Amino acid sequence: MLLETLELSLTLNGRAILRAINLRIAAREIHVLLGANGSGKSSLAWCLMGCGGYAPQAGEIRFDGDRIDHMPLHERARRGMALAWQEPARFEGLSVAQFLRAGAENADVVKALRAVGLAPDEYLSRSLDKTLSGGERKRIELAGMLTLQPRLAIFDEPTAGIDMLSLDDVMRVIETLRQNGSAVLLITHQETIAAQGDSASQLCGGRIVCQGKPDAVIANYKARSCRRCDGETCGYD
Amino acid sequence: MTELDPLYQAFRQIGEDPNAILTPETAYLVAYGHQVVGMQSVPGVIIIPEQTKQGIHARVTVLEGQQLVQPVHLCFSLFEKYGGQHIDLELTLQPGSRATFWSHCIFTLPEIARHSMNARVDIQDGAQLTYNEVHYHGVSGGIEVIPRAQVTVGPQGRYIADFTLVQGRVGLLDIDYDIKVQEDGIAELTSKVYGRDTDRIHIREAVSLDGANARGLIKSRVALDDEASAEITGATYGNAAGARGHVDCLEIVRGNAKASAIPEVRVTHPQAKVTHEAAIGSVDQMQLETLMARGLSPEEAVDRIILGMLG
Repeated sequence: MLLETLELSLTLNGRAILRAINLRIAAREIHVLLGANGSGKSSLAWCLMGCGGYAPQAGEIRFDGDRIDHMPLHERARRGMALAWQEPARFEGLSVAQFLRAGAENADVVKALRAVGLAPDEYLSRSLDKTLSGGERKRIELAGMLTLQPRLAIFDEPTAGIDMLSLDDVMRVIETLRQNGSAVLLITHQETIAAQGDSASQLCGGRIVCQGKPDAVIANYKARSCRRCDGETCGYD
Repeated sequence: MTELDPLYQAFRQIGEDPNAILTPETAYLVAYGHQVVGMQSVPGVIIIPEQTKQGIHARVTVLEGQQLVQPVHLCFSLFEKYGGQHIDLELTLQPGSRATFWSHCIFTLPEIARHSMNARVDIQDGAQLTYNEVHYHGVSGGIEVIPRAQVTVGPQGRYIADFTLVQGRVGLLDIDYDIKVQEDGIAELTSKVYGRDTDRIHIREAVSLDGANARGLIKSRVALDDEASAEITGATYGNAAGARGHVDCLEIVRGNAKASAIPEVRVTHPQAKVTHEAAIGSVDQMQLETLMARGLSPEEAVDRIILGMLG
């Protein structure tokens, strides 16, 4: 198993954010994580990646069999984990090319940009700052995953801020990653994107309330009209 | 060995090609301390240097309507361990002229030195000046840089100034610039400074938007490490209809460094508008974690962020 969490729990400011999460993702698997706003999806992504303030209070995170939950963020990245953020950061003075090559010096940045529908001539030398729209930065973030080619790519709402016509680009990037050997943890609200997964989990109130094939999890998610219900009313399948 | 050899050597040490800078087609002025060691005027630019008791007085004039393709180079250096240099500069861009100046201030060798400048810059009707000043210092921390400037930007004139001191120790930097902008004129000032150890940085830049539709931007980017300190004052005064000004200060602070930003905005005309933004603090956590999530260590990520900001 590439990624495995065992009873992973996270509390922030006295509030339980993640409760006994058990998640397993195999190599080359696309696992979809569904859940309403505030259900803990992004927190799980940050906790897995080791972001500041998101150290679990209980449970384990294993990557390729090794416990990584005490490792700093960059050590996890060097082992092959990567995160594409829901809201990509802006960097004044850092060019798109420099960003795409960060941690991936020899990557084909031209090919990566083309894969997300951006013209390399136009974008490579541009600063990754507020002159780029949110949608452009999301695409660059996707391209950044292609240049890294991680063993596990975590996508936090990759379609947020991207127009409907671009959903195919997102799926193409994910499929390319898989073909090149990556596993993917895909956090999304988009059913059409979620349906492309191999497996799925539904998160509610910090708990996994449903796991299985994407179709079944999507159906459960829709049928329960999931809201902030503390994970109790969704039931367990 | 010629008198220019030390400069050529210094340029090579900082990664610049002197043969691409001091060419037969470029106007330039080269001074070591209070000694003028090289000067060249070209058609459209007149440079008249004079060695005085106080230092060097230089009158530089870009003639009316001349649009210079090649930049004008001002090379100010000291190649002794101790010394001083004072430059009194009168820079005039006559109506409709356009020029880019590069001021190379190379103080990599001195341990204790003072470089001061009094500049009076007159950008006349429709003229455009881009003035890039780049400092290269050694690691002594004993350099004092004291530039003063009074700049007038005439109607439809344009003044773009960029000051960079990110290589070596700053020592003491004390900038004080006053810029007056007439109707439809533009002034954009950017300063980028990296202070380390016990470096002290004072920057005061004031832009008076005196003419209708005048525009002003003061942008400061400062990184501080160790015990360094900085006080940045960006003042903009909107004194005419349609005048628009903005002050933008960003300071990254690490170690025991101390920083302050003092935006001073004042409007004396109801149709003028001046805004400001300032951010002081440690490296942005989101930026840091984005780069660390790509495998960069915290130190590598911070360097990348700071160098990007000061790039």
